Amino acid sequence: MVNAPLSESNRIRPAKLHRWWLAAGVAAAVLSGLAGLVFGPADLGIGPVLAELVDKLPFIEADSGLAERQEAIIWEIRLPRVVLGLLVGAMLATAGGAYQGVFRNPLADPYLLGVAAGAGFGATVAIVTGVGDGLGLLDPVPLAAFAGALVAVLLTYLVGATGGRLDPVTSLLLAGVAVASFFTAVQTFVQQRESETIRQVYFFVLGQLRTAGWDEVALLAPYTTACLAVILVVRRRLDVLGVGDEEAGALGLDVRRMRLVTVVAASLGTAAAVAVSGLIGFVGIIVPHTIRLLFGTSYRIILPLTVLFGGAFLVAADLVARLALQPAEIPIGVVTAFLGAPFFVLVLRTTRRAS
Amino acid sequence: MTAISCRQAVVAFDGFEVLGGVDLEVPSGGWVTVVGPNGAGKSTLLRAVAGIVSAGGSVRLAGQPVDDLNRRELARLVAFVSQEPVIPSGMRVVDYVLLGRTAHLGFFEPEREQDLIVVSDALDALDARHLAARVVDTLSGGERQRIVIARALAQESPVLLLDEPTTALDIGHQQETLELIDRLRVERTLTVLATMHDLTLAGQYADRLVMLVAGLVVADGPATVVLTAEAVAQHYRARVRVVDDPAGPIVVLVPGADPG
Repeated sequence: MVNAPLSESNRIRPAKLHRWWLAAGVAAAVLSGLAGLVFGPADLGIGPVLAELVDKLPFIEADSGLAERQEAIIWEIRLPRVVLGLLVGAMLATAGGAYQGVFRNPLADPYLLGVAAGAGFGATVAIVTGVGDGLGLLDPVPLAAFAGALVAVLLTYLVGATGGRLDPVTSLLLAGVAVASFFTAVQTFVQQRESETIRQVYFFVLGQLRTAGWDEVALLAPYTTACLAVILVVRRRLDVLGVGDEEAGALGLDVRRMRLVTVVAASLGTAAAVAVSGLIGFVGIIVPHTIRLLFGTSYRIILPLTVLFGGAFLVAADLVARLALQPAEIPIGVVTAFLGAPFFVLVLRTTRRAS
Repeated sequence: MTAISCRQAVVAFDGFEVLGGVDLEVPSGGWVTVVGPNGAGKSTLLRAVAGIVSAGGSVRLAGQPVDDLNRRELARLVAFVSQEPVIPSGMRVVDYVLLGRTAHLGFFEPEREQDLIVVSDALDALDARHLAARVVDTLSGGERQRIVIARALAQESPVLLLDEPTTALDIGHQQETLELIDRLRVERTLTVLATMHDLTLAGQYADRLVMLVAGLVVADGPATVVLTAEAVAQHYRARVRVVDDPAGPIVVLVPGADPG
């Protein structure tokens, strides 16, 4: 067989992540972040905020003219919240995209395997019992939520692995449904017994990007970075999985290991995000599907862009949550679902037309 | 040299033996087609050779036991074309054919120039270059079959397993596909193991036929030996006449009342 080099005229062009798409994603993240710094109860103005940011760059001096208190609003209140939004949004959206690929199910979201129900249960128990309240150490709610989420996913995996006659994907998804219902039931039961803490539980369930300085960011960043990195590394193999387990195996993919690695990374990252931000819904569905509609079906394109646009979307949604009913704050989960539900209908309609 | 060798290959699902000890030899560069009634275990035999289902007894590819090979090594030895390939909606043809390179890519590597050249050649070999930028959903049945075979060629594996490659095609596309496979087999010294329902067609293109019934080999040899009216009557419960033709035996159904 002769392998002649490819000339320009007969060159074939596989799906590729174009540089300007990436640039658009970075721009979206930067712009939404900037908006998150500028707008809020205290009006700082875009000029001073930019000057304040530029001033932090090495070798550049810029006087923002902001008072010390205003500077503190930027560095200690708004920037941590923006960074948290970027991390949580990127993680939830990318985990959703990864689940959709690994389960070949367009409706898969990051909470599919019981992460949300488990986290909700853990958080509720911590809130209701007030465990660790007086210790003054880390806030116990995120830790309990994280533990609950991991227990739920682990349980789903153990139950799903013994699927018997069902194929592994169906059996795992059904196990997720069962585990999620179970944890939700127990969570509701615990929550109803303590009427005084219902409001607090309610806030967790609807999600919020509330920060106290940089603690939450520091807690979340290592998980998000590691999990996103793993998902991005395996993204080309998600395209191979598109032909089904059997053919993907015949093409040389270790399907079981691939699915395990992806599910572990997506679930761990989601658990960490949910522990800090509560149950923010729909991000994991809206963002990857929008990217898919706009830029193509290959996961090597979808996932990197989902990281960027997922972060940008959540920061923008948080801005709406903060500003729409000022000074009151709408839970961010309400905003993402309010935008997400109509979008979901659109996705369903488009997929129906294509098939 | 022997490309595929099965010795007493056994496959059981839930205690039910689908293959009950199959012996099969396919020489390198040869074309063997497995025929047999529905449920005889033809597809299972192919899956066992591809290492997709594990078999008792011994299944060897180029002398190496299939069980000792990992998925990557297997994919470099054998390409499998499923009876009903899953073609992901929205994917372009070039990306689909590129999936054939999976076993040649490293863990962190994207495809290299060499992989694109192989894909390009596979598209050329199947006269499918003009389809490269098309989305798979828009292809006709014949075009789909071509790109599935192109994907298998891009694997650059010496053994090609084809499960019912012509079932979904009209008679013109059946001929075109089989001619193409035969040409590629000669050009690239591929070994072909196929399953087929159309007995006449099976006999015309294979060097040898193997008739599989209830998981056991009941006949193995040239088409003229395997395709007898008696064997077809017995194993397919069909009344047929076998007409000798220079191109191979022609199996014709005999309509009418049951003689028995």
